[in-house]
Amino acid sequence: MAGHTTQLDAKTLWGGKESPFQTSYGKLMMWFFLVSDALTFSGLLIAYGFTRHDAQDAWPIGEETFNSMPFLGHGYPLLYVALMTFILIVSSVTMVLAVEAGHRMDRKGVTNWMIATIIGGFFFVGSQAWEWSHFIHGSEFGKIELADGSQAIVRGHFGEIKNFTVLESGKRHKKGEIIKDELMHTFQHAAEKGHLKDGKIHLADGSIAKINKAKDHEMKLIIKKSGAKNKIGGKAITGASAEKMYYESLYSGGANRVVYGANMKQNEYGPQQYAQFFFFITGFHGFHVFSGVVINIIILLGVIAGTYHKRGHYEMVEKTGLYWHFVDLVWVFVFTFFYLI
Amino acid sequence: MERDDLIEYSLHNHHDEAQGKSIRKKILQVTVLLTVITTVEVILGAMIKQSSDAWAFVKWSFIIMTLVKAAYIVMVFMHLGDEKKALRNVILIPYAMFILYLIFILIWEGTMVSSALKSFGF
Repeated sequence: MAGHTTQLDAKTLWGGKESPFQTSYGKLMMWFFLVSDALTFSGLLIAYGFTRHDAQDAWPIGEETFNSMPFLGHGYPLLYVALMTFILIVSSVTMVLAVEAGHRMDRKGVTNWMIATIIGGFFFVGSQAWEWSHFIHGSEFGKIELADGSQAIVRGHFGEIKNFTVLESGKRHKKGEIIKDELMHTFQHAAEKGHLKDGKIHLADGSIAKINKAKDHEMKLIIKKSGAKNKIGGKAITGASAEKMYYESLYSGGANRVVYGANMKQNEYGPQQYAQFFFFITGFHGFHVFSGVVINIIILLGVIAGTYHKRGHYEMVEKTGLYWHFVDLVWVFVFTFFYLI
Repeated sequence: MERDDLIEYSLHNHHDEAQGKSIRKKILQVTVLLTVITTVEVILGAMIKQSSDAWAFVKWSFIIMTLVKAAYIVMVFMHLGDEKKALRNVILIPYAMFILYLIFILIWEGTMVSSALKSFGF
């Protein structure tokens, strides 16, 4: 950077004293590592692009899948990921400010900016944990297989389940009892197993209960797999007909008509590979962020101990900075290709 | 084991307060730019549906905006713009060659696989 003025020519380079790049060994090796890591991420994203191109309209759209905010609920497309992106960009900025302070040998400045960077990193890792948890648990509606064999994802506001009134006694629950605990969990579990029939739920102990549930609002079915009647890419089904079709399927008593959330075998958002790519790409990136935070903490301890000040330069901060910016760089691409497009 | 015949390049990166001030100004400008681009991306993504006619345009503008963001991160935040031209080339050219080739493979093979799937009725 600034300051070095040695003229480079064949004579000085031939002796092996001057580096043609005029940079230190450590920084050069960090760059080479980052290039290889960048190739890995590019490979993953290109594989994602290939699979997505193959699946066409069955592939979920980012704004349909990721539209929730912590504490606020649904209806905020992409806002949470945008917030995560912003957090990571800001922590990248504090890192570059730490590097700048290091070039002025300002130890206090480096310490403060490094602490800010680490806090930003923790925020990002925490946000990703929330995102994963939300992705795995899924929505209240799930993905439904309709009567004609087509599959649809469901958008709208799920009416709250108030209670189950027991109509027929079983081993545990007696007739007339009103169940108020773990309603949603029980409801979704029964739906997957096909234990919901005509508005009634068949509980594990053999009792049958009536489901008292508030009305859903603004339900919308988006077809993701063609059936005999409903085709992919057609208009979304809305209103009363959507509700009729959804509950016809949900209360049909057939098992595996509905999928909630995601695991390695199936997911409610789209093709099986979708969740696998989500877990692998964001997981691999999240692991990079996590290790970046750990490395930043180690370097911060060195800064506080004065190791680099004694050495006369803060190049260690610069090298971890390179890694940290790279993590941000990868996220910029993941954000575009996984969430936006 | 001090060797006086080696050049300690790490020491050449220092700058004074006045230079630091202009560097910090540049950092702030890039921060604002990255934030604005991200905001525009999110607004476009939320407003324009993938089924609309404008989508192809929006998609390409996303890719261009992403490349602009990436360039600023690499050149300013990672200081690659301040390094020797030789170092810049050693990092960027091999990477670009590999990735362009891989994207070419993706499109070429993707078209083949797609037509194969179609002819077998999937």
